[in-house]
Amino acid sequence: MERMPILKLGDCLLVTVQVDMHDQLALALQDDLTQRIVATKARGVLIDISALDMVDSFIGRTLGNIASMARILDAQTVVVGMQPAVAITLVELGLSLPGVRTALDVDSGVALLREMLGHAERRSGGATETDRHHGG
Amino acid sequence: MAAEPQTLPIRSSEDVVKVRQAVRRRAMDLGFSLVEQTKIVTAASELARNALAYGGGGETRIETVWQPPARRGLRLTFEDHGPGIADVQLALRDGYTTGPGLGLGLGGARKLSHEFDIWSEPGLGTRVTITRWK
Repeated sequence: MERMPILKLGDCLLVTVQVDMHDQLALALQDDLTQRIVATKARGVLIDISALDMVDSFIGRTLGNIASMARILDAQTVVVGMQPAVAITLVELGLSLPGVRTALDVDSGVALLREMLGHAERRSGGATETDRHHGG
Repeated sequence: MAAEPQTLPIRSSEDVVKVRQAVRRRAMDLGFSLVEQTKIVTAASELARNALAYGGGGETRIETVWQPPARRGLRLTFEDHGPGIADVQLALRDGYTTGPGLGLGLGGARKLSHEFDIWSEPGLGTRVTITRWK
């Protein structure tokens, strides 16, 4: 079965979603990412969706699931590169991607991840698990 | 000039992608803006997936329609011969689902279209027609 490549950059995983992501591929990505987070002890996940020309309810839900699963596995997720027409359509569809952090491009996404992770590390000394995840 | 109607099968999630691509091409040919294209493609994706997930597969018909004097639009019909929908009004409600989805597909497709028509008969199947005018 086809798979989307997942790159490892330091303690982060990077995925560039391809143009025509069908549902099976999205589900495979969800499985692969959770496995790789555990296998590599990644703290951050960056998903670049700039090639996607539409995000429907299924893809939106998959992105939300990935962010939730990553969070439970102690990793932060940032989705970057959403096209403006896609954002307009998503909101009209009634989907606002709750729980998914976004940034405009890869550069700002990496900066946001660094900030989130740095924040989590600084606070992890005395803070509880819950505090850590609500921070940032 | 108006292209011929086109019919595509929906038998797999790859077919859903092919429907999206065909709808995108037709919307571009009609001169739809990028946002309009994205809306009709997203609606098509929701309805094609519904036909696959709930109707056990089916087909999509893509046609260019016009209204005198010069209004053109894109009409899409999704038909399956699955179990049908017992309560269409309920199925259209945001968040209602009998399957694994979010329950935004049918209602979402309606929001993204100018015209929306649904026929469903338990045991016979479901047909949804949407139109988006330029």
